[in-house]
Amino acid sequence: MQTLKESYPCQPSAAAGQKVLELTVNNHPGVMSHICGLFSRRAFNMEGILCMPIGDGKLSRIWIQIAGTSQLDQIVKQLEKLEDVRTVVSHPAEHEVFAKLEEYFQGS
Amino acid sequence: MNKMNGAQLTIKLLERFGVGIIAGIPGGSNLPLYDALSHSTTIRHVLARHEQGAGFIAQGMARSSGRPAVCFATSGPGATNVMTALADAKLDSIPIICITGQVPQSLIGTDAFQEIDTYGMSIPITKHNFLVRSARELLEVIPAAFRIASEGRPGPVLIDIPKDVQLEMVEFADWPAMPQRECVKQYRKQDIEQAAAMINAAERPILFLGGGIRHGNAHDAAIRLAEKNNLPTTMTLLGLGSMPTEHPLALGMLGMHAARYTNLAMEECDLLLVAGARFDDRATGKIAEFCPGAKIIHIDIDPGEINKLRTAHLQLVGDAGSVLAELLPQVESKSRQDWLNRMAFLKKENSFIIEGADDPRMPYGLIRQIAALADHETLIATDVGKHQMWVAQTYPFCRPRQLLTSGGLGTMGFGLPAAIGASLAHPQRTVVCFSGDGSILMNIQELATAVEQRANVKIFVLDNTSLGLVRQQQNLFFGKQYFASEYQHHVDFVTIARGFGMQAFALGASDDPVATLTEAMQTRGPCLVHVPIGRNEEVYPMVPPGAANKEMIGGENHANA
Repeated sequence: MQTLKESYPCQPSAAAGQKVLELTVNNHPGVMSHICGLFSRRAFNMEGILCMPIGDGKLSRIWIQIAGTSQLDQIVKQLEKLEDVRTVVSHPAEHEVFAKLEEYFQGS
Repeated sequence: MNKMNGAQLTIKLLERFGVGIIAGIPGGSNLPLYDALSHSTTIRHVLARHEQGAGFIAQGMARSSGRPAVCFATSGPGATNVMTALADAKLDSIPIICITGQVPQSLIGTDAFQEIDTYGMSIPITKHNFLVRSARELLEVIPAAFRIASEGRPGPVLIDIPKDVQLEMVEFADWPAMPQRECVKQYRKQDIEQAAAMINAAERPILFLGGGIRHGNAHDAAIRLAEKNNLPTTMTLLGLGSMPTEHPLALGMLGMHAARYTNLAMEECDLLLVAGARFDDRATGKIAEFCPGAKIIHIDIDPGEINKLRTAHLQLVGDAGSVLAELLPQVESKSRQDWLNRMAFLKKENSFIIEGADDPRMPYGLIRQIAALADHETLIATDVGKHQMWVAQTYPFCRPRQLLTSGGLGTMGFGLPAAIGASLAHPQRTVVCFSGDGSILMNIQELATAVEQRANVKIFVLDNTSLGLVRQQQNLFFGKQYFASEYQHHVDFVTIARGFGMQAFALGASDDPVATLTEAMQTRGPCLVHVPIGRNEEVYPMVPPGAANKEMIGGENHANA
């Protein structure tokens, strides 16, 4: 159960913009509950979340879009405390992962 | 090759990791575990009467010893019952491992008998949890649970094991080793130097110790640092005992029910050296007005606590004992005469009023009398309420892990089972449990466990026939509208205790209360003492919830006015 946690320095926050977090996590049925539960119980704002297995399926990649950056430091620290979270990388809002998905999220 | 089923493997691993006592209750989904446990020659099972009791018995063992303790519960109601004890352990960072039975995997998700989503339910109230899907996984999961429970900031871990996993046979070559705990150290030598320079340059510093001090065994280092630099020292509820109450530098507990001088001293400090404390609202009051003129040096093993509620000017993320020991040689010997004189003046002008100190029928008098009858080895457990605050204010604690109390969650019903657990872990010691009439009723079934285990616990029920702290808030903040806080029916606790087979004393009927208390304290084995207390005995001073700590109600020393 060796977990390797690398923390990357957070980018300086752009004014009230969005951020994209890239997580590498252990892939098992409860891991999404851990991540989503953390956001809801600590009143962190999550705009969007994507999760797919990577490699041989032992790990998953999770992309999270967060609104506002005032909580970023706490969000990253609390995510890193989760046992199933291997790494957390913070990207600026311009990261294209969510932009590329836009066509699947149109309409009212 | 080793060959056994999952339940046997679980018990063998617990034995190998040094577990000597497990508190729990069997049920349909954990019977294979209990069958395996019945064959253990090194683990003693303590049968609780409610799973919450089992959870708090484990907490009592863990809080008093510092080592992870284990409890068992079955699926469904067994699991829901134990959740309160896990949540309590989460908020106070207590290493317990709860192993629950679960319905067989083929039935998970079918609303089977006694099925609930134990895994999902325990996510927010554990440090980590597992749903074990094969017997082989236990070889990783159980060592990991011990590591996680005690590594860094400790906390509760839940392992949910479906019944078919308990019965599944597994073969393996080697036993897993006890995993190494990873050391947390995220500061540099320069940070220590900077912290020492800030302490040396400060004119009015205060050392502020929390529950992290006992986890890190940091009390010696903290006291040496305080003495070398003459740092007045305050403690949170969970930090009490880090520095003995009688120590000349000790300012006692801060916050909602602190002595006036403690909160007033905090107002004046220019540097707050915080170690193992998390700026809980009961300690800080209105956070924006807490220590308004102070720079903050925050020592904590959990990086998530840094800048969570109060921005630190300097952070030292690591083990409090190591950090304080590294600071010691860099910090100057200082007399701080002006600052200590100021402390003495504040203490004199705003001394703590101990009403009824010499009357053992009064709350403070009772606590002082018990302290006089206790020795330094005596452990003190409390429940939650007025009695808890009276104990925190006035009991002369002399070492960490002496006080077992529910701080973060504030769980009524904590005291009795936690006291039993402490007594099981320390059978040679006396364990005093201060409780109230509201609290004791919330886990009173564990009187049976105490008698069955011959636990050396002395239970003092301070009976004010009310939910005292609720009633006090209604008195102060809700226009004396005493609603739902006064019990209309009065329970005969002495008869109840005797009905459980426990010796009991009625202090209210005693002609010689000191003699009665002495007899109770000297009785080997469990006993209960009923202590009638007036409903109007309030806990003062009190900071209104949400107010700044300087806005204290009551407790003025009118002699100095």
